[in-house]
Amino acid sequence: MVQRRNQNSLFYGVDRLSVILYILLVFMGWLNIYAAVYNEDHQSIFDTTQKYGKQVIWILSAAVIAFCILLIDANFYTAFAYGFYAFLILANILVIYIGREIKGSRSWYGFGGFGIQPAEFMKFATNLALAKFLSNQNIMVIQRTGLKLRQIIKHYRNTILALAIIIAPLFIIKFLQDETGLALVFIAFIIVMYREGLNVGFIIFGILTAILFVVSLAVSQIYGLLAVLAAVASSSLLFMKRNRGNIIAVSLVYLAATFVVMGTNYAYNHLEPHQKVRIDVLLGRGEVNMKKEGYNVNQAKIAIGSGGFLGKGYLQGTQTKYDFVPEQDTDFIFCTVGEEWGFAGSTIVIFLELFLILRLIVLAERQRSDFSRIYGYGVSAVLFFHVAVNIGMTIGLMPVIGIPLPFFSYGGSSLWSFTILLFIFIKLDANRLLILR
Amino acid sequence: MSNSAQLSQRKYIIGGFFILIAFIYVLRLFYIQVINDKYKLDAQNNAFRYLTEYPMRGYIYDRNGKLLVYNEPSYDLMVIPRETKGCDTLSLCEVLRINKAEYLKRLKRACQAPNSPRKQSMFEKQLSAATYAELQEKMYRFKGFFVQKRAVRKYPRPVAAHLLGYVGEVSKNKAETDPYYKEGDYIGVSGIERSYEEELRGKKGIQIAITDVHNKIIGKYADGKYDTMAIQGKPLYCTIDRDLQEYGERLMQGKRGALVALEPSTGEIICLISAPGYDPNLLVGGKERARNFARLYADTNSPLFNRAIQAMYPPGSTFKLIDALIAQNDGVIKRSTVFPCARGYPPMGGKPKCHPHAPVDLIGSVAQSCNSYYSYVFREIVDQAKYPRFIDGYNHWRNTVMTFGPGTHLGTDLPYDKPGNVPSVEYYNKVFGTNGWRSNTIVSLGIGQAELLLVPLQMANVVATIANKGFYYVPHCIRGVGLEKKQDKKFHVKHYVGVQNEEAYTNVIDGMQQCFDAGTAYYSRVPGVVACGKTGTAENPHGKSHAVFMAFAPREKPQIVIACLIENAGWGGTWSAPIVSLMIEKYITGKVTRPELEKRMMDVDLIRNKNLISTEYH
Repeated sequence: MVQRRNQNSLFYGVDRLSVILYILLVFMGWLNIYAAVYNEDHQSIFDTTQKYGKQVIWILSAAVIAFCILLIDANFYTAFAYGFYAFLILANILVIYIGREIKGSRSWYGFGGFGIQPAEFMKFATNLALAKFLSNQNIMVIQRTGLKLRQIIKHYRNTILALAIIIAPLFIIKFLQDETGLALVFIAFIIVMYREGLNVGFIIFGILTAILFVVSLAVSQIYGLLAVLAAVASSSLLFMKRNRGNIIAVSLVYLAATFVVMGTNYAYNHLEPHQKVRIDVLLGRGEVNMKKEGYNVNQAKIAIGSGGFLGKGYLQGTQTKYDFVPEQDTDFIFCTVGEEWGFAGSTIVIFLELFLILRLIVLAERQRSDFSRIYGYGVSAVLFFHVAVNIGMTIGLMPVIGIPLPFFSYGGSSLWSFTILLFIFIKLDANRLLILR
Repeated sequence: MSNSAQLSQRKYIIGGFFILIAFIYVLRLFYIQVINDKYKLDAQNNAFRYLTEYPMRGYIYDRNGKLLVYNEPSYDLMVIPRETKGCDTLSLCEVLRINKAEYLKRLKRACQAPNSPRKQSMFEKQLSAATYAELQEKMYRFKGFFVQKRAVRKYPRPVAAHLLGYVGEVSKNKAETDPYYKEGDYIGVSGIERSYEEELRGKKGIQIAITDVHNKIIGKYADGKYDTMAIQGKPLYCTIDRDLQEYGERLMQGKRGALVALEPSTGEIICLISAPGYDPNLLVGGKERARNFARLYADTNSPLFNRAIQAMYPPGSTFKLIDALIAQNDGVIKRSTVFPCARGYPPMGGKPKCHPHAPVDLIGSVAQSCNSYYSYVFREIVDQAKYPRFIDGYNHWRNTVMTFGPGTHLGTDLPYDKPGNVPSVEYYNKVFGTNGWRSNTIVSLGIGQAELLLVPLQMANVVATIANKGFYYVPHCIRGVGLEKKQDKKFHVKHYVGVQNEEAYTNVIDGMQQCFDAGTAYYSRVPGVVACGKTGTAENPHGKSHAVFMAFAPREKPQIVIACLIENAGWGGTWSAPIVSLMIEKYITGKVTRPELEKRMMDVDLIRNKNLISTEYH
């Protein structure tokens, strides 16, 4: 009965593996921030005028936050899920009026020398709200009864409401605060909805749209159309019976695809100039000036590429110092890993992040309550999105979107946000046997 | 299978997707870190060396297409301190004629903020041709050093220094706030170089070079695919007549003052002279530049000061023309009006004083420049019955005067111009107390004295307005930008002044013609040209009066107006009028028929030789 005696302990039931992975990643992140900012003049690790010194403060405060989360009763998070969501939606709208202006956009609340970005905290609140909603409602559509609009809306009512929970913060952060990177993160929750029964058609439609967009931009519109035609024709010939309903359905899909392909240029032309350029850089389109637009990505690739198999050694990097790589302590922190720790180190970092993400799925699947499971998937999906986009952009597989590498990048808001996100789930998981929600 | 169990299977798809992406990333990393050598090569070269190709500044031409400014190549020695290991310091010092201590001092400066040991910074500016040649030979021994090509300004004739301005190193503040500039870049500091900086500077080019570990450039990055060419700045077409400017500068040498000539039908500045001047070639750069600048800066005659647009002088009697115009326009005097003069203004006990002359009407008053007459005129304007309060009358006079330009920025395309001063009611209320002053208190304003101040450009603008009979174009010195000679529309707008009265102008111009024919400028008549002028003798607190003269010619279809002011040179007719007369003759007839007058004007040194200055009278 050892377990029962420890039930009152703060750490009872806490998943040690996740916490160890968390600590490991935060510590490695800090080492890399130190390396990225390191210079001969400031060598003390606790120099708070330097970013690595500030990061120490952020890490310590994140630890305090983690403890607090473990202290609070798990029911608190379910009870106030919508409350958190409403509060943070409000905070994210208010920030554009009373926030501090940084680089032309108001998305930070300033407190003396430190700043807090409410958009970062929107993630866990949205996750809570989505978990609460999906644990009460079913979005799985088992059987369709008809094709009339009213019927369709009736079937997909819950799906649409769940999507609204995700899209509301996305719009506020993208269009009011102009923080594209932070806004796109909310797309990750589609993965959660998929797990909870979202019709596969939505996913396939989304992926196809993305593929068509890339093909039409990277190759040409004509080839895009031909590809769609070939795919639709062959699949319909192979898998479908030739009845009227299917012919109409195939024609509609083809029409929609044509629309996407033709609309590609329109959409592309209505992007902000810098976003256009980022897509151009990624797809190698047109004339890209390596000194200017292509600079970030090119320098990032040089830094990572120069690391070789084992890297140049800690603090020995030349490319990630002295401003060759921009934002080398925040969004491009992975360059320091790549240069100083080489392929071996980069792979370890990717595996550690992947390990944590998969571990969270395993934990989520063992939950008795739907709420806990859905929340767990949300954490996993958000972390995955950040890792995939952040590392992807440094190695030229993704357009440059300014989002941090979880636990690694410099910054208080993002570290706090990931800590809250993760530790709420760890708390939920610790209580999984006690309460049935 | 139940629904929930079916859904549970999706965990494999999600997990599998995550693993797949991670796997792709690891493969990609393996490719760029282990298989592909391109990026390693790039990093070994310590990334790239960015060589800035500096654009040539735009050339400046005069109104006849003659060159005023062009460029000459020059070479700067740059250093990247971190790479100087193994540099042959001794022979470098020898080539540059510096000692080891100086070498170390400069290297240290290049290491400290805002410079960095890993970034290039200036080691020696503008090498001489000989040094450059010697350096080029031994360059392979000087690790960490390289030569960067720049261009400096060159002036075929040493004229129009104030108007053209000079180019200097950009300020630290500007370099930080304006993304175009980096520290050590050049920027227009004054004159046209400043006001047309954006047109003149062109566009920088960037060459990305690859260097080996021995600091030798081994090639261009990506075969120069990402290099950009420098684009030369746009040429400017200036309104200046280079020959007349040079002639005027020679006439003004040995004097302190300014001379401005305008074309009244366009507002174009034909000459803008500030004396004493300096050779613009002195300030183009190099080691001498700082020394020359210090010397010019310390000169008690302030040669760097652009008197033509920045020195505010009392206009003296030349201002009487405006009074005459306003009074006629208001109907308080006519052509035939005569006022008494008793060697001064009788109601105030003979003050302001005047010189002896026969009683005069309006025409005579301009020609003879009678102080008493304009004291009456000024008070007639200000004390008109239609203004019950005296200050309303004063404000009417002041506002009308200001439409001619005084007290306002004219909006010319030269930087740092001063507005002059037409004192306000508030100012006098402060000085004399509210209601503590009347028209007789400030009567000397009527003869262009007291607190009234104009810059020479404004004086010229007043004459241009009279020559045009009621309007002016904003005086400007650039008539076209770029090869297409793009014009600025704001210089084609007619500005109408507060007096629109053909007869009033004709009467004043009659007086001005009389001034040459039988008045104060009789000895400065221009052979073969009907010119109209007005002398002025501006009392000032800095010593003897300033000699002022302004004129336009010919009377019909005026081609040129000139305002000339010589500091502390006494009476306007003695020194200013002859210079203006010679300028008019030269511009209109193309030759000068009075060589002895010309010689006398050029040779005289009024700065050193004070007893040549004529005795004063008004």
